[in-house]
Amino acid sequence: MISILKTIWYVFLHTFQKRITVQYPEEKPYLAPRYRGRIILSRDPDGGERCVACYLCAVACPVSCIALQATEDEHGRRYPEFFRINFSRCIYCGYCEEACPTYAIQLTPDFEMGEFHRQNLVYEKDDLLINGPGKYPGYNFWRVAGVQIGGKDKGQAEHEAAPVDVHSLLP
Amino acid sequence: MTSPYPMFSILGMLFGALTIAAGLIWLERRLLALWQDRYGPNRVGPFGLLQVVADGVKIFMKEDWIPPFADKPVFILAPAIIMLTALLSFAVLPVAPGIIISDLNIGLLFVLALSSLGVYSVVLAGWSSNNKYALLGGMRAAAQMISYEVFMGLSLMGVVLQAGSFSLPAIVDAQRELWFVIPQFLGFVLFLIAGLAETRRTPFDLPEAESELVAGYHSEYSGMKFGMFFVGEYLGVTLISAMITVLFFGGWLGPILPPIVWFLLKTLFFISCFILVRASLPRPRFDRLMSWGWKVMLPLALANLIVTGALVLAWR
Repeated sequence: MISILKTIWYVFLHTFQKRITVQYPEEKPYLAPRYRGRIILSRDPDGGERCVACYLCAVACPVSCIALQATEDEHGRRYPEFFRINFSRCIYCGYCEEACPTYAIQLTPDFEMGEFHRQNLVYEKDDLLINGPGKYPGYNFWRVAGVQIGGKDKGQAEHEAAPVDVHSLLP
Repeated sequence: MTSPYPMFSILGMLFGALTIAAGLIWLERRLLALWQDRYGPNRVGPFGLLQVVADGVKIFMKEDWIPPFADKPVFILAPAIIMLTALLSFAVLPVAPGIIISDLNIGLLFVLALSSLGVYSVVLAGWSSNNKYALLGGMRAAAQMISYEVFMGLSLMGVVLQAGSFSLPAIVDAQRELWFVIPQFLGFVLFLIAGLAETRRTPFDLPEAESELVAGYHSEYSGMKFGMFFVGEYLGVTLISAMITVLFFGGWLGPILPPIVWFLLKTLFFISCFILVRASLPRPRFDRLMSWGWKVMLPLALANLIVTGALVLAWR
């Protein structure tokens, strides 16, 4: 009997407590930097696309919402001809980001993607590409990778020794 | 003390009772939110007050479906009964001196009789739905309301003994020196508990017990028929709060403010108490509810009646 009255009293005391509701549209919730929201494609510090169209994100995606087509430019640099993410399927698991070898695909703390038509949730490369390096400011895949492209021969990457001339090793 | 313009007071009472009952939907949600550290509906209109209008429009637009397996006439009749009995009880409620629709000399008995009739609504709804959960809810409601009604009536007899009348305005007038809550404190507590059970509010909401019985007796109801059960429940809450005010807390009596304001303030306070109880207490087991009613509350009510009777006899 006393415990019932005590319960009622404790509930009544909540009248004077601060409400914990975040009044969303006026008051934005705090989202951690690593929050998994809208997916973007980032660029190198010198402005080139980071994506090398390796398909690893498309393979890692558990709901198969990523579609892309690889191609090469005149310098031999691989890039996606198109890159399409269907956000009406995406479950924001972040596996694509984990799979990406070049930090190109990244998830951002933005979730306000409501649309009235399903079709508008299919984002093309134009919608996905941003003009910055995202979470990894200094990183440039083509400058550290050993692969040869136009303007950068073998052995010219950062921290890379010049290739050994195998003929010089002959006895 | 009946008003010279009966139509005016009837319409006023009807409008007032229904407005308060509708407003309670908003008040209950806001207060529950307050006690759970939330905001509740605060978007539609000032403080979310127009939420009531939005809910009303929505519930009128809803499909009013009658299940093919239901007993159709009874199914339609049941929600009407609860509204009817709840609204009829307001006829004998003295809001302020002179503001009463009908000053029956047996007003208190009239209210008790109508609240007993209210059981029919719930039982018939449960029966005619032809659904096992609805039937279980209806049966629980019948058992609960009948057994809690017994000491509900008895708990009020102390007040009647002291006031010497069944007429509600006379009972209010008898409290000019001292509110009956002080000499009849036990009666007040018993009536509060019985009132909770009578209006089927938590913790006595076993007839609808949504965690066990879907929605109990109104599982099969939709649209405005469900809305009528809802409004009927809120009318019941308003009525019981008003009855507590009239019987134990001096009705319209109070200093400075006009009598009707005092009446409304006191009623609102008890409505808030009902909501506070809902916010804090869980539902008891059904057999405990029954044995509590018959083995604890009924003897207490009888003892209260006997002691009051003896004291009143000795006094005179």
